[in-house]
Amino acid sequence: MSNQDQSWTIESKSSLFDLKFNEVWAYRDLLLLLVRRDFVSFYKQTMLGPLWFFIQPLFTTIIFTFIFGNLAGISTDGLPKPLFYMAGITAWNYFADCLTKTSTVFKDNANIFGKVYFPRLIMPLSIVVSNLVRFGVQMILFLLMMAYYHFVIGASFNITWAITLFPVIVILMALLGLGAGMIISAMTTKYRDLAFLVTFGVQLLMYATTVIYPLSTAIEKYPDYAWVIEYNPMTPIIETFRYGFLGEGSFSWQGLTYVTLVTFVLLIFGIVIFNKVERNFVDTV
Amino acid sequence: MSNIAIKVENLSKAYQLGQIGTGTISRDLERWYARIRGKEDPFLRIGETNDRSSKGTSNVVWSLKDINFEIEQGDAVGIIGRNGAGKSTLLKILSKVTAPTTGKISGKGRIASLLEVGTGFHPELSGRENIFLNGAILGMRKKEIARKLEEIVDFAGIERYLDTPVKRYSSGMYVRLAFAVAAHLESEILIVDEVLAVGDAEFQKKCLGKMGEVSKGEGRTVLFVSHNMGSIKQLCSKGLVLGNGELAFNGDIFTAVNHYVNNQQLKRAELKFSGPLNKYIDIIGLRINRKEETHLDFPPTEDIVIEVIYKVKEDLNDLIIFISLFNDGYRLFTKRDESSLKPELDKIYSATFNINKFTLRPASYTLALGAWGNNETLWSWSPDTLSFKIEEMWSENFNKSDEGIFNLDIRTCRSLI
Repeated sequence: MSNQDQSWTIESKSSLFDLKFNEVWAYRDLLLLLVRRDFVSFYKQTMLGPLWFFIQPLFTTIIFTFIFGNLAGISTDGLPKPLFYMAGITAWNYFADCLTKTSTVFKDNANIFGKVYFPRLIMPLSIVVSNLVRFGVQMILFLLMMAYYHFVIGASFNITWAITLFPVIVILMALLGLGAGMIISAMTTKYRDLAFLVTFGVQLLMYATTVIYPLSTAIEKYPDYAWVIEYNPMTPIIETFRYGFLGEGSFSWQGLTYVTLVTFVLLIFGIVIFNKVERNFVDTV
Repeated sequence: MSNIAIKVENLSKAYQLGQIGTGTISRDLERWYARIRGKEDPFLRIGETNDRSSKGTSNVVWSLKDINFEIEQGDAVGIIGRNGAGKSTLLKILSKVTAPTTGKISGKGRIASLLEVGTGFHPELSGRENIFLNGAILGMRKKEIARKLEEIVDFAGIERYLDTPVKRYSSGMYVRLAFAVAAHLESEILIVDEVLAVGDAEFQKKCLGKMGEVSKGEGRTVLFVSHNMGSIKQLCSKGLVLGNGELAFNGDIFTAVNHYVNNQQLKRAELKFSGPLNKYIDIIGLRINRKEETHLDFPPTEDIVIEVIYKVKEDLNDLIIFISLFNDGYRLFTKRDESSLKPELDKIYSATFNINKFTLRPASYTLALGAWGNNETLWSWSPDTLSFKIEEMWSENFNKSDEGIFNLDIRTCRSLI
């Protein structure tokens, strides 16, 4: 074996910036197997199987169309309402799933983490990748909806060049959810309070993001408070997503740069704090 | 070139007792403040040794304190100690599950640790899928697992169930599969906690065989924790004895086991009897093979001599002392003492019961004690006075092929008709 003479040391303290990426790479097979496990176990012993991936966004879209679109009459920038909501929901769900699942990673995996060592970073990474698979499936639903509205109903929307930014915003969403989730997960090992905050905080955050209304309406109606929404890093992501796929939305390079900065700060901070907590969390979780 | 596989220097580990969570922010801030001033952690300083029976004043406890040892490549080392002596903590630190509070461990080669069987098994996934998942969790590459798949399945003996979800497995199959995966990991150091306690005798034997093969045949380093002195002696050549978080002995396995057995400060059996006969007699002592502790281990090669010592307090016409042996709640037998000695006032007697060696097979037994007086009109009874264990032993001349609790003297005969 190649690592016959591999030497190692275990010490009480480790460098904050020793992020062990080489170890993560060595365990890449585990990452894929965990993703597979999540995917397969999700629909084992269900009748509808992977169809469940569709049902949740579909029904949420229908409900949102009725309540926010028809009942409350919130503007959708002239876009077909279901398309508008589904774009927001699909993107938001990916971020929200990454964040909530990552934030309980220590608690959920205390069993495994307490018995065997592997680079802990694998777990949150596998969550992000698993959710990516799910997001991919939901994107197919969204694309089908787009095709339906374009060819069958003949609704007017147009795909813009910003669609080429799609991979960038997916990565940004993933890393943002990962970074924030890891910070919360590291803190919840000792203080469980945060776990409660996350579940309903994410729900509240959705209303501070442009999922059910366009940014333009928010600025128009609440010019004094719209900055809350604008400073929310998810807002530029969803706006860019809508602008790319549906041609409406407030796209700006400043917004995107701002998100990128926030994401990387959170991510680096998240990885550092995660690696620090990971060493001893078994004793306190 | 040095031949050291693991070198442990000044290793210590502190644990916080009691509730963690409420009110710890202020403590954390206090500790953090002490640290930035370069002072000693105020909560670790007052830590004390880990003696769980005495109530300490501090709520930080040293599970391991200043441990130093070296393990050479290819050694099979048994780690012995009472519950809470720090064995599992040591293994956890070695497997990098938790970090030490102070100290350093350095070593060479990949570590495979088996602190629990079946870590990460997902009940919904099939046996095959779980082999891959579990193997990857233990650090194997996918290719490596695929190469060994056949061997693993063969060792576990679950070929027929390979594509069935493991939630439908019997617990025995589950454990067999889990051990099989871990045993086929290509590592230079194998760490095994007391995982073999599960599974039947045949499988335990197979596991020990595999571990022996790993250490003796392949020259890999094995660290093994067990309370079973029989299997430790058989598998290991060296032993570490831990006591209250400190290294009590480090040397060859036979001396280590003796050191451990002789230094066991076990509780003496507390004898509490119910029944009207208690006014008449006082049972003063109960010993098995001249030992009075509540939990004892004996090899099957020793006679088991149970001795009951009692004093007569009131006049009695007759007295019968009897013992009952239980295993898993089942009464195996009851034996009365046969004596023509009439109980006399204020005299001390002993009643002895001798169970021949090889009669009791390896298992745990609970001893109950009772007495009848005045033509069985008065009684006294204590359902569990002490328990003892007959150790597992495997050797060429000790036949382990039979199962069960007793070795009975049954004559068999085969003839052609």
